[in-house]
Amino acid sequence: MAIFKEKQYLRVDVDQERDESLWMKCKSCDELVFKRRVRENNNICPNCGEYFFLTALERVESLVDEGSFVDGAEAIMADDPLGFVDSRPYVERIEEAQEKTGLADAIVLGKASIAGIPIVIAVMDFRFVGGSMGSVVGEQICRGIESAVEEECPFVLVSSSGGARLQEGLFSLLQMAKTAAVRQRLADAGLPFVSVMTYPTSGGVQASIASLGDVIIAERGAMIGFAGRRVIQDTIAQELPAHFQTDAFALEHGFVDRVAKREDLRDELSTLLGYFVETA
Amino acid sequence: MSDERTLDLLEAKIEELRTLDEIDGMDLGKEIARLEKRLEDLRRDLYSSLSDWERVRLARHAKRPYALDYLNAVFEGFYELHGDRIAGDDRALLAGLARFDGRRVVVLAQQKGRSTEENKDRFFGMTRPQGYRKGLRAMALAERFGLPLVTLIDTPGAYPGLESEEMNIGGAIAESLLAMSRLRVPIVAVVIGEGGSGGALAIGVADRVLMLENAIYSVISPEGAAAILWKDKERAKEAAASLNLTAAHLEELGLIDAVIPEPLGGAHKDFDRTAGALKEKLSRQLDSLCVQPVDKLVSERYERYRGIGRFRPVPAPESEE
Repeated sequence: MAIFKEKQYLRVDVDQERDESLWMKCKSCDELVFKRRVRENNNICPNCGEYFFLTALERVESLVDEGSFVDGAEAIMADDPLGFVDSRPYVERIEEAQEKTGLADAIVLGKASIAGIPIVIAVMDFRFVGGSMGSVVGEQICRGIESAVEEECPFVLVSSSGGARLQEGLFSLLQMAKTAAVRQRLADAGLPFVSVMTYPTSGGVQASIASLGDVIIAERGAMIGFAGRRVIQDTIAQELPAHFQTDAFALEHGFVDRVAKREDLRDELSTLLGYFVETA
Repeated sequence: MSDERTLDLLEAKIEELRTLDEIDGMDLGKEIARLEKRLEDLRRDLYSSLSDWERVRLARHAKRPYALDYLNAVFEGFYELHGDRIAGDDRALLAGLARFDGRRVVVLAQQKGRSTEENKDRFFGMTRPQGYRKGLRAMALAERFGLPLVTLIDTPGAYPGLESEEMNIGGAIAESLLAMSRLRVPIVAVVIGEGGSGGALAIGVADRVLMLENAIYSVISPEGAAAILWKDKERAKEAAASLNLTAAHLEELGLIDAVIPEPLGGAHKDFDRTAGALKEKLSRQLDSLCVQPVDKLVSERYERYRGIGRFRPVPAPESEE
């Protein structure tokens, strides 16, 4: 593994400020960059190439044909089946996340096209309680799959999630089983499921639906794995290599098919889908 | 449960009196009866209103019966099958053929170790990718020969470690979930101790899910939840209460099918009785599942999981007057 020693791995900055000023400072190169240029550049630093975090809708926009996305998600939101309170009530956390993101929960779902090929696309949003999968995220993934089956088109899932949502307890855990079961509907219908893993794809999401793609593409800079670095070090205090759970690690160990740069992801998908879907 | 010590002392005392009774021919019958009554009362007080955290501790109790105890007591002729045919044999997840109540079955069972030595071998009951992939083999075998699958769940979680991650533990769990959701034989899962997160669910997708009374089943360990939610592992007790991880809570939430009663004080206090109760419930479930057409089983299992989740419509924005 010597070849990995010198390499600096790309980190995706998820904490970037979203204030009103026109400029932002890139934490990677310390350069003051013009926000609009960053935005037009898929949230990639025009100076040093650092990836900034993309919201779910920005991600959709970056992948599908312009203007093709139709939000197809029936608006559902988290219930609070356990009446969960940690440092604060779950209900408040949800309200705050909704206000912050303008989303009902950690996922956006709709119909769109990529290079003219109709698809159903679901994209997770890490800003919403860490993109965690509770009942709503699990349900929307299933509905997305069902609507792809109905429309007879491919299903694309872009993951950005820390895993199952703790505040819904076993309901969240069981979303893993639910999404895995429903995934079979695409296979039965002969429809492709492309899973795109971005920063981060971990825990219960990596251990269920995200790992069940016919083809799995990792975005450069992704973090992919089941148990995080901290959990492993807390549990068994093991030394971990520098590139642990990076895109390169996932590719090296054979659990993703390809790694793509963010700016190439759209082409990557259109090429791939072209092999599955006969285009006119 | 420091009161457990009082119980132990009392038990020892009664034992001592009995010995005296026998040796010296002293008539201590009345005294013994009095103490026994007191012991019974104390036990009831102590165990009938266990907190969720106390149940977590019972589920992890050092004397708690493990999978092999049940395999030996409730099943016959467990014929173990080793290895995933790729990378190795996981000793924390056992696979094999067995007879149960006159039926031939395939068993998957998570096994913890009793001694330090055994725990090294069994990774403290934490399943590795080799284990889940062996599980997939066992499932395929069950389907090929039309044998019902019984799983015994008892793990703190999937094994977190470099080797596990290198072998794509998450991918292995995902494959297992998918395989179980469509397996064309009856499946019954029984949580006998700790149902630790994805590592437990990976062998827990079933037509019927049973739990021992003092078993737990959770999206995350109470310690893990406390560390994330409060940044303080010491608050695991609170986390345990919030997570609704006991059999009683999960039955009430409709997420499991039945609770198998344990004797006062936990399964280890009277293993024969616990094993008997498990046998009875498991037998009843298999009886009702095995007569159903496979297509119906599989489609009902699908609907069961498809329907799990609690959510509500987003309220329409208040219209402006």
